Amino acid sequence: MLIFEQSRAGRCNRAQLPSSQAAHSALPERFLRKTEPALPEVSEMQTVRHYTRLSQKNFSIDTHFYPLGSCTMKYNPRACNTLAMQGAFLGQHPHAPVGMIQGFLACLYDLQQILAELSGMRGVCLTPMAGAQGEFAGVAMMRAYHLARGDNERTELLVPDAAHGTNPASATMCGLSVREIPTLVNGDMDIAALKVALGPRTAGIMLTNPSTLGVFERQIAEISALVHEAGGLLYYDGANLNAILGKVRPGDMGFDVIHINLHKTFSTPHGGGGPGSGPVAVSERLLPFLPIPRVAYDGSSYRWIAEQECLHTIGRLSAFMGNAGILLRAYIYARLLGREGMERVADFSTLNANYIMARLKQAGFDVAYAERRATHEFIITLQRQAQELGVNAADFGKRLLDHGYHTPTIYFPLLVPECMLIEPTETEAKETLDGFIAALISIKEEAECNAGLTKSAPLTLPVRRLDEVKAARELDLAWSAPHG
Amino acid sequence: MSDIPADLKYSKSHEWIEVMGNGDVTVGITAHAQDLLGDMVYVELPEVGREISAEEEIAVVESVKAAADIYAPISGVVTEINETLADQPESINNDPFGDGWLFRLKPTDADELEKLLDADEYRALIEAE
Amino acid sequence: MPFIPHTEDDIEQMLATIGAANIDALFDEIPAALRVDGLPGVPTTMSEAEVSRLMTQRAADVQRPLCFVGAGAYDHHIPAAVWEIATRGEFYSAYTPYQAEASQGTLQLLYEYQSMMTALTALDVSNASLYDGASALAEAILMAVRCNRKSKSKRILMPTTVHPLYRKVVRTIVLSQGIELVELPYDACGGTILAAALSEHEGSDITALVIPTPNFFGALEEVDTLTDWAHQQDAQVIALVNPTSLALLKPPGEWGHKGADIACGEGQPLGIPLAGGGPYFGFMCCKKAHVRQMPGRIVGATLDLQGKRGFTLTLQAREQHIRRSKATSNICTNQGLMVTAATIYMALLGREGLVRCAAACHDNAVALVDRLTAIDGISKVFDQPFFHEAVIRFERPVAGLLEQLAEQNILAGYALQGDYPELENCLLVCATEQRNAADIETFAKHLQQIIGSH
Repeated sequence: MLIFEQSRAGRCNRAQLPSSQAAHSALPERFLRKTEPALPEVSEMQTVRHYTRLSQKNFSIDTHFYPLGSCTMKYNPRACNTLAMQGAFLGQHPHAPVGMIQGFLACLYDLQQILAELSGMRGVCLTPMAGAQGEFAGVAMMRAYHLARGDNERTELLVPDAAHGTNPASATMCGLSVREIPTLVNGDMDIAALKVALGPRTAGIMLTNPSTLGVFERQIAEISALVHEAGGLLYYDGANLNAILGKVRPGDMGFDVIHINLHKTFSTPHGGGGPGSGPVAVSERLLPFLPIPRVAYDGSSYRWIAEQECLHTIGRLSAFMGNAGILLRAYIYARLLGREGMERVADFSTLNANYIMARLKQAGFDVAYAERRATHEFIITLQRQAQELGVNAADFGKRLLDHGYHTPTIYFPLLVPECMLIEPTETEAKETLDGFIAALISIKEEAECNAGLTKSAPLTLPVRRLDEVKAARELDLAWSAPHG
Repeated sequence: MSDIPADLKYSKSHEWIEVMGNGDVTVGITAHAQDLLGDMVYVELPEVGREISAEEEIAVVESVKAAADIYAPISGVVTEINETLADQPESINNDPFGDGWLFRLKPTDADELEKLLDADEYRALIEAE
Repeated sequence: MPFIPHTEDDIEQMLATIGAANIDALFDEIPAALRVDGLPGVPTTMSEAEVSRLMTQRAADVQRPLCFVGAGAYDHHIPAAVWEIATRGEFYSAYTPYQAEASQGTLQLLYEYQSMMTALTALDVSNASLYDGASALAEAILMAVRCNRKSKSKRILMPTTVHPLYRKVVRTIVLSQGIELVELPYDACGGTILAAALSEHEGSDITALVIPTPNFFGALEEVDTLTDWAHQQDAQVIALVNPTSLALLKPPGEWGHKGADIACGEGQPLGIPLAGGGPYFGFMCCKKAHVRQMPGRIVGATLDLQGKRGFTLTLQAREQHIRRSKATSNICTNQGLMVTAATIYMALLGREGLVRCAAACHDNAVALVDRLTAIDGISKVFDQPFFHEAVIRFERPVAGLLEQLAEQNILAGYALQGDYPELENCLLVCATEQRNAADIETFAKHLQQIIGSH
């Protein structure tokens, strides 16, 4: 039942009415709405019960294992939320003078330093509000760099064919065109094709390493040298940073700019789809172009870096300080882990992924790039099951929900048919992994003898499979009161 | 194997082209193409009167999981669009060579028609995919 | 090892299954020359107790002043239940609802949110939110360019009564897409868009007009006239609005004869804490005809295979993961958790609550301006009606005043001279429903003292 369907005309939650009803200063009629907005009229308890019950219709990290490839769904420590939600942090107005918010600025400054250190970069801006905005900022800086040098023809961005769809979308938003570089059968980039593509029009290349195929790009040093020689820059999509934290740094691999998804590697909440947070870090040559605002420290106090100090900045991406509260959570998480914990992140996320991969291989699943070492994630392909049994990756995914496991990433990367990209993260215990492996094996067995059952999954969730065609053809995007 | 009417012409990007009595052409997408895209939910068509060159993007068809650009198979001026698709995009799935047609063009370069594929060539193309 | 559950036994068994000698062997594909030996520049690990101590100290170094500043972020009461529920793990730690059957809670909530926003704006459809108000305006401009097929100019009329920071963000985001932003000056008496400035553009190819109301000065624009004028020029109308004010003010869908085409704005007033500037959320609504050009996620109602109502993300083919370089935007996220809070907020206040909240904001702001302008040497700058913010002028620079008031723990307002050099000695002040008569009196007394002692 919708909250609107529980509404009764004239019901009101009195505890939430403003205390004083001052003399109503009338605004001229032409500015006013004629009817009150059709918001629900419900009691406080109805509201609390309604949304609590809705919450129970969700999978979440706190309740379920999410082996979602390229999403890094690790435990979100409660302390990060509790400490970031202290009244002083929540109450601060974005226009408050710096003298009033030193404690907050100190956290942001420290986080800038930590991110610079772990990425091997020279400067950091925390404001991008999601990975996609970080990408936009990064590409815009690359573009600004070339333009500042009078290098106006560099309008082509190279992107591996395995890249996430956001990469080309961000390039377009920055006025660049995209050229795809093919991937070899072993999962590495086709260097010969790269050499052909490089030239005076190359603005740069966007890479994820480990790639979206779950393997480490072994030729990265060569790629870096080639792109730089051609006058281009290297962009690091930080989606898979969890796999290499404390092992190898993007700056040391030759990257000029990186965005870091704090909601992945730094465990800030996904919140059912956001907020994200995608700080950018850059090498020396891109420092002048960093977005604002940023925090500076002069040895005794913290302040915002003024716009006048950054003549070449690509500008502002948000009205204020990005997703500031999310930055606090990431900072708290970074302090809890410390340098020791960060290295362990890569160790155990990689151990977990390789363990599941080994067990699934033994159980007869087809692993893509099987001869390669898995990083923090790996791919299985269910093409054989799809062809022989008519049970595809989506069916396996839906059936996993019945077993209490969230569906892994499916049909991405596009290069592998009927694929599942599986990323367990470091925070899952072996027992959980074993349970997940057992579930996948049992679904495979079920599909072999009762494909119809598997294809009708999920059977145990609040709804059965939904008619997405109907949803898109007969758009019903908002409730409206029944007539009569 | 999908239906491939012998009396139509085809493009490599899976449009079919029918030359009508007055010399204008009707364009749609093939049964094979609609099969790959799945259940259609929306079609974006060009404005009547628009002048278009061969291989230019002219329309978009959208299914739940994909959106595909439709390219003009030949150069011409748009003379008519299939208005019924606004409410019934599923016509493309149900009757791709009939009710599911997309738009009509008055060709501006008749030679371009010669470069299109015939049914056998199109069959060979999709078999090679 | 924080948050890693493995025992020595586990590690040994797992390595044996993999066939690796040790964990380090798992990194053997990374060229040795690139490897680093840890992260010596990162501080060492701390226990939760130690981090709690640190963060409590940091929080103690943040003051909690009496707040009379708005300028894009507003200090409203947030019912206790809002964040109690929003931070339940089932909402807080849930992923994007791509697996609809496992995300009905989030999806239904988003559908309710969309319904609430369409009710507030009187437009047909809403998306499931964008990053913040400023970036939502940038996205609305890009969307208007896609929607307005009659216009070839990509020329956007951008009043200077739009928040200066929003104008900066718009510039950053749309700059490389061939869009021309034409500034419209404001009327020095009313503090709203200068009507004479519009006539200069009459008959030219304009893609869209942005109408902010209440505008940055708090003043109410003449939305009906502006909307009709824009539509006569075949321009799209982008409404930039404050959601609280919509409980009281004419909704964008009813502006002029045809209504605004797109409405967007900052969602923070709906139950989101000030929190130093974020996370907030941007909202966006539009007419149904434009829905396929709208960026961001959208939830739709449908049926499951047994005919039961359910909710799912829809119109996904517009999005970046399918359309790649042809997507409506590169945006992958919405501000889900913020929208969860906003939905609960709007339900808890309900129809009457939000109307009364908006009315109280307006009344308090009127009381504040009346009280302050009763002080010698302070005057009101614009004569157009305002919602919950207004501009006042002093007879001397405001920087020193702001500092002295800050010493009294009062955030007195936003100094306008930096963004508007002609508004010398001017302050933008705000009162929400939270500022009672005693607060206003405290502010006025301190101000009187400072001005008087000068």
